[in-house]
Amino acid sequence: MLEQWIIGKLSFDVFPKDALTLYLGGGILFSGVLALIAGLTYFKLWRYVWEEWVCTVDHKRIGIMYIILAFVMFFRALVQAMIMRSQQAIAVGPEHYGFMAPELYNQFFSEHGVIMIFFVAMPLIFGLINLILPLQIGARDVAYPYLNSLSFWLTAVSAALIMVTLMIGNFERAGWLAYTPLSGIKYSPDVGVDYFIWILQISGVGSLLAGINFVVTILKMRCPGMTLMKMPIFAWASFCAMVLVSLAFPILTVTLALLALDRTMGMHFFTQDMGGNIMMYINMIWAWGHPEVYILILPVFGVFSEIVATFSRKRLFGYVTMVWAIIMIGFLGFIVWLHHFFTMGAGPAVNAFFGITTMIISIPTGVKVFNWLFTMFRGDIHFATPMLWIMAFFSTFAIGGATGVIMAVPPVDFQTHNSLFLVAHFHNVIIGGVLFGFFAGITYWFPKVFGFLLDERIGRYAFYFWVIGFYVAFMPLYPLGLMGAMRRNYHFDNLAFQPYLIVAAFGALLIFLGFLCQVWQVAYSLYHRDRLRDKTGDPWDGRTLEWSLSSPAPFYNFAHIPEISHIDDFWYKKQDWRRHGEGKPQPTSYSDIHMPRSTPYGFIISVFAGIFGFAMVWHMWLPAIAAILGIIGAVIIKSFNLDTDYYVKAADVEAIENKHFAEYQS
Amino acid sequence: MSTETQAHAHHGDAADILGFWLYIMTDCILFGSLFAAYLVLHTPESYGPALKPLIDLGYVLGETMFLLLSNFAFGLAMIASYREQKRLVALMLMLAAAFGLVFLVMEVKEFIHLVHLGYTWQVSGAASAFFTLVGTHGLHVAIGLLWIAVMIGQVLYMGLNQAVTRRLTYLGLFWNFLDIVWIFVFTVVYLYGAL
Repeated sequence: MLEQWIIGKLSFDVFPKDALTLYLGGGILFSGVLALIAGLTYFKLWRYVWEEWVCTVDHKRIGIMYIILAFVMFFRALVQAMIMRSQQAIAVGPEHYGFMAPELYNQFFSEHGVIMIFFVAMPLIFGLINLILPLQIGARDVAYPYLNSLSFWLTAVSAALIMVTLMIGNFERAGWLAYTPLSGIKYSPDVGVDYFIWILQISGVGSLLAGINFVVTILKMRCPGMTLMKMPIFAWASFCAMVLVSLAFPILTVTLALLALDRTMGMHFFTQDMGGNIMMYINMIWAWGHPEVYILILPVFGVFSEIVATFSRKRLFGYVTMVWAIIMIGFLGFIVWLHHFFTMGAGPAVNAFFGITTMIISIPTGVKVFNWLFTMFRGDIHFATPMLWIMAFFSTFAIGGATGVIMAVPPVDFQTHNSLFLVAHFHNVIIGGVLFGFFAGITYWFPKVFGFLLDERIGRYAFYFWVIGFYVAFMPLYPLGLMGAMRRNYHFDNLAFQPYLIVAAFGALLIFLGFLCQVWQVAYSLYHRDRLRDKTGDPWDGRTLEWSLSSPAPFYNFAHIPEISHIDDFWYKKQDWRRHGEGKPQPTSYSDIHMPRSTPYGFIISVFAGIFGFAMVWHMWLPAIAAILGIIGAVIIKSFNLDTDYYVKAADVEAIENKHFAEYQS
Repeated sequence: MSTETQAHAHHGDAADILGFWLYIMTDCILFGSLFAAYLVLHTPESYGPALKPLIDLGYVLGETMFLLLSNFAFGLAMIASYREQKRLVALMLMLAAAFGLVFLVMEVKEFIHLVHLGYTWQVSGAASAFFTLVGTHGLHVAIGLLWIAVMIGQVLYMGLNQAVTRRLTYLGLFWNFLDIVWIFVFTVVYLYGAL
């Protein structure tokens, strides 16, 4: 009995039996972890990593960690995608069943989706907002630095949990949203869905805290003179996205909690019998899930707006309409969720309402696209890599948007529902929109964070591989969907599908080469960082406040909190300096700066949360209780420590600033 | 302390309290979702045994009074904190915790009573929704009680400094919020259910 309470359902049978997961997945995972441990030990970096990174509350470092996490997880999900594409290319017709068991294939597509949304796109968003937003609004940190660290570590711990799912036990097989009743205890009795639930609960709490944190940061910590309508568009877009996070994530928490209660306590929220309601799950999960789509895309719209204005050397066209378009999209994002299941049979009136609201969203989106095009019109356009990504975005996102509007017509959706047409559509908008936007944004802001630029030539290779690879991989899925190929199949009977599937698999390979080019780009730029060094702090001739700082930005961000009087204030100041033939003026005096102290509690609490999640998955009740007590204890102990901040001495600030100005003037 | 307050001027208590309001809003959505689930699953036609004959409205009204009294005591604690009467604050917090504890014990007893009558969370979707909605509120109250206990300690050992006063304000918002949620639970679950 006691043993049951401690180790729960764990036993030696939980390790995987098929070679693919064991050797490929396990091999990469363990060698990665071993290499990390060996490297840290060999270079004696443990103390440095603990003090400067694990305990840090500096928003820029937390942002860097978010983005590293995103790319590690991206590698995993991308490899899974390639394995699935190879399987589908081979497993066609009555004689060929490929190399993957359906069991494993189902886990792969579920995990691919979960990782890409929760552990690639979301960390990229929070990472980029962390890196740039406080700099753009002239703040020295976020509103709650400690919560920021907690948010990151909760995300990181849940990412670690998803890493072990295929090694210890298994992941779920019900798709990335784990629809009931398939995800109920009756049809999914193993631990896969429990992993899904607790991984998303932990990372969801992290996201929610980050959302609240940034809303308060934007509302309360803007520099003097920056009224809401003078904020950079990226700040506006992030603000709306973070409001959506705060409004939508509690719904996800409830939905998953109810599913967990169904599975562990024998409740009947989403069961087929005993008065449960299956469709309630699908309604609730999409009531979160659709706003989630806009949580992903809105910050990226902000990134595009900044980059288009900078590289066209023009003020953004239609700032006010841009802001209202973002707000409209945020609002409409909450009243379209039902278009994900027109086939539920809610009746023509309901379907018509949601079809129309869905189509209406294309209006503010169109406003934005035209604003970007008009910004470029008669601009002095510079085709650096960030701008290239945007050019690819325009066409790709337009195609993805158009297929979305097609499916917003309920009768059409009945034909394309759950087909590869849909798969092509959402990859079209998420890769072409969200991912290309992040690549643009990361290339654009990279020097601000690390102090050197990314190599342009390799950046172009990555760009061409990615864009061509994208079209080769996903365009075949549109005709396949129309020909009747459904999603989530490990095998197709119809041999006519095969040529398209082979082309798609080849496209996936091109995308992977694009990814490798990006890794090469970062490594190459790091090696040649002296040549690529950004001494001015303003390599692109930027318009917003972050470019007024040195690259990399000092840990306190602003030696003096700036004051602005209009949009793109820094740009106009630069024009003034240029007219007078001067550079950036150096302040004559500095004062002490008040900064938050590093704290290990974000990490500690998250580790307990991870233990709690793992224990809940395996029904290890005593460890679960111990972990909860650990969390409560850590929170209480931390609350007795009031020494949470300190002063940076004016002399230290002066030394750092002098160094930058010496470099700047050379 | 005073220099620190000035340095914090651009990012003081007002910003912190806005964040807590936002948290309360997210908790509102959490309860809103639970109410929605309850109303979907708990209709007169829904499957399973009826809750109505098993509920004693008078008992629940008594429960409600204890929760409201607890909030009242917390209000007194806040007034005492404005007057910087440390011991009175601690005393009123203890009173608030005591009333809150009575509420929680009565709720648990009601649950045990229902389970003994055979109305468990497993009998139907409607029952699941009832236990989850009321139980989530109860869980919040339990967390609030733990928080009050910690704050009693902090008021006594750390005094009414800026951090402690700010936390009392948070806790006050939280405790008030739970009362408001309970009013909705009482109306939607108990009164509406008794009709």
